[in-house]
Amino acid sequence: MATVEARGVSKSYQGRTVLASLDLDMGEAELICLLGPSGCGKTTLLRIIAGFITPDTGTVHVGGRDVTALPPAARKMGMVFQAYSLFPNMTALDNVRFGPRVAGQAKTEQVKRAGELLDLVGLAQHRDKYPHQMSGGQQQRVALARALAVRPDVLLLDEPLSALDAKVRLQLREEIRRIQRETKVTTVLVTHDQEEALSISDRVAVMNGGKLLQVATPSVIYRQPADAFVARFIGLAGILPGVAEGAAVRMSNGTILPADAAVAHQSGRSVEMFLRPEHVRLQRMNGHVPPGALAADVQEATFLGSLTRVRLRLPELPDHAGLWADMPSEHAADFAPGQRVTAHWHETSPHVIAVEAAQAS
Amino acid sequence: MSQAATTPLRRDGVVHKRPASQGVAGLILPYSVIGLFIALAALFMAAPTVMLAVQSVTDDHGFTLKYLEALGGDNIVVAFRNSIVLSIASAAIGVVAGGLIAYFVISPAMPITLRSAVTSFSAVAANFAGVPLAFAFVSTLGTLGMLTQGLRSLGVDIYGLGFSLFSMTGLTIVYAYFQIPLMVIIITPALLALRTEWRESSENLGATSGQYWRMIGLPVLLPSLISAFILLFGSAFSAYATAYALTSGNIALLTTEIANVLSGDVSSSPQTGAALAVGMIVVMVGVLVISAAFSRRASRWHK
Ligand SMILES: Nc1ncnc2c1ncn2[C@@H]1O[C@H](COP(=O)(O)OP(=O)(O)O)[C@@H](O)[C@H]1O
Ligand SMILES: [Mg+2]
Repeated sequence: MATVEARGVSKSYQGRTVLASLDLDMGEAELICLLGPSGCGKTTLLRIIAGFITPDTGTVHVGGRDVTALPPAARKMGMVFQAYSLFPNMTALDNVRFGPRVAGQAKTEQVKRAGELLDLVGLAQHRDKYPHQMSGGQQQRVALARALAVRPDVLLLDEPLSALDAKVRLQLREEIRRIQRETKVTTVLVTHDQEEALSISDRVAVMNGGKLLQVATPSVIYRQPADAFVARFIGLAGILPGVAEGAAVRMSNGTILPADAAVAHQSGRSVEMFLRPEHVRLQRMNGHVPPGALAADVQEATFLGSLTRVRLRLPELPDHAGLWADMPSEHAADFAPGQRVTAHWHETSPHVIAVEAAQAS
Repeated sequence: MSQAATTPLRRDGVVHKRPASQGVAGLILPYSVIGLFIALAALFMAAPTVMLAVQSVTDDHGFTLKYLEALGGDNIVVAFRNSIVLSIASAAIGVVAGGLIAYFVISPAMPITLRSAVTSFSAVAANFAGVPLAFAFVSTLGTLGMLTQGLRSLGVDIYGLGFSLFSMTGLTIVYAYFQIPLMVIIITPALLALRTEWRESSENLGATSGQYWRMIGLPVLLPSLISAFILLFGSAFSAYATAYALTSGNIALLTTEIANVLSGDVSSSPQTGAALAVGMIVVMVGVLVISAAFSRRASRWHK
C-alpha cells in the first residue's frame, strides 16, 4: 500500500526511443492497467518500476521515497511474470515462503505466512505439489501468492494471464481483482487485452509508441477517448472524417452532423467523429435521408447472440469512413448485406477529435 | 482415428496439442529401429562383458580365482588407485572449469559470436586426444617445451619446482585439456535452460545472487552436473593412448596395464587382462550406481 510516482521516465536502446519522458501517478491501493499494442513499452516501464532496468532519465518514487537508485531486491515490490517463473525445485509452499525465508524470518513464521497466502489464492490443498504437477492457472496463483508473501508496497504483473486459455483467464482475472481489493496493494498490471484492462482496472493507462496517451477510469477511456489512437484502440468505433463548423461537423458530401458544444473550439479544423456501435440506429432507406443522418449500405452482419453487429459502408464519404451498428438480433433480418439504410444517432453520442492531435501522437 | 478427430487437449488451462495418432502400423518402424539399437548394444557390450567375466575365472583346468586374486597385487592396486584418482581429479577440474567457462560465455553481456566460437573450439578440443595431444603437451610443457623454457628465461624453473609433465599432476593437466571443453559442450544446454524469470523472481523477492545459486540455480543444475561428472569420469577412466604416449607406461593405469598383459613380451596373459577389465567394469558400475542415487535425490522434484 503506497503511492507510486514515475516522473519524466525515458529509455532508449541504441538511439531508438522506447519510453519518451513519461509520467504516471498512482494512488494507494489503486489497480492500474498498462494497456497498449505489443512493443509500445509496457514491459519496459514495469521493469523500470521494479528496478530491473535503469531509466535514462526520470525518477520513481514509492510512498514518497525515491527508489530510482535501489536494486530490485531492496524495493519491496512483488512481481508476477507471464509464465514459468516458479522455482521448479520447490513445492508450492516453498515457493511462497521463499521471500520470508531469504528475509530471515523464523521457519514457523514463513510456513504460516505461506499457508495463509495459499489459502487466499485457493490452493491450500496443493501446497506440496511441485510446479510441473500444477496447471498453468494454478502456477500463476502460486506466483501471485509468492509475490504477496513479502507484503510488497507494490504488485507488478506482466501479462500474467496471457499464457492461459480463455476460461481460466477470465476466472483468474476476477480473482486478481478480489485479492487486490482484499490486500489493498497498489498494483500495476500490464496487458494488451483491452477487455481485461477495462474489466478490472480502477484506471487504465493507454500507451502507444513509448508514450502514455490517456490515464483514466475505464468508462472515461471508453466514452471520452483523449485522442484518435485511444478511440480506435479501445472498443469498436465508427469513424466519420469532416471539418468542425460551429457545434457541428460538415462531411465531405456536405451533410452537417450535430456534435456537442465543445466542438465549437475547433471550428474550421479537420476532425474525426467517433461513434460507438451501440449508439448507431438504422432504418431501411425509404427514399430520403433526414437531417443529421447518413445514407449507408449494409456490408456485413455478424450474429453475436442477443446482438447482431452490422458493418456499414458510406458510399458518399471517403474510403476510411465507416460505421458499425449493434441491434437486437430479432431486428437483424431487415438489415441483410446489400440493404440500403439510413444511419442516425443522438446528437450527444459522437465524440469529436481534431485530426492534428491524432497525428501528433 | 477417433483420437485424431478430437480438439487439442486442455489440461486445466494450458492448451496441449495432441500429436496426430499414428495407429499400430505407424509404430512398427520406431520400435524396430530402437530394437535394433538395443540388440547391437547387447551384442557388443553385454556379450563381451560376460565373456570377460567367464574368461577371468577360467584356466586350462577349469574354474579358478587366481586371476581375480592377482588384482590384489601391489602394482595392480597402484594402477586402480592411479586410474581412479586421475579420473576423479580431471573430471572435477573439468566440471568446475568447464562449468564456469560455459556460464561466462552464455552471459547476455557476451557477444553471440563468442559463444559460437567457443562451442566450435570445444567440439574440436574435446576430441583432441591420444598421441597428438601428448605430443602437443610435450612440445609446450615438456622438459624442453616452449612454455617451460619461456618460464625458465623469466626465472621460473617449473621442473626445478617439482613439476613434471610425466607425473600424475602432468597427466591430470593433459586430461583437463579435453575434459574442460567436453564439459563446456555438455553443460551449456543445461545452463541455457535456467530461466531468467527464476533469477529475477528471486532477486525481486529479496534474495542475493549467492542465495539464488544456493537455493535455485545449483539445485536445478545438480542432476546435469552429476551426469556430466560421470561422463567426464568415464572419458578419463577409459583413456589409454594419451597416457601411454606421454608416460610410456611409467605411470601404471588400468588401461595401460591391460595393454601390457595382452601384448606383454614377458607373459602374455589374456586372463589377467580379462580380470583387469572386469575390475574396470565394476568401478564404472559402482560410480554409476552411486551417482544415480545422488541424481535421484537431486531430481526428486522433477517428473
Ligand atoms: N534490451 C533491449 N534492447 C533493445 N531493444 C529493446 C530492449 N528491450 C526492449 N526493447 C524494445 O523496446 C520496445 C518496447 O518493448 P517492451 O517494453 O517489451 O514492449 P511491450 O511490453 O509493450 O510489448 C520494443 O520495440 C522492444 O523491441
Ligand atoms: Mg511486454
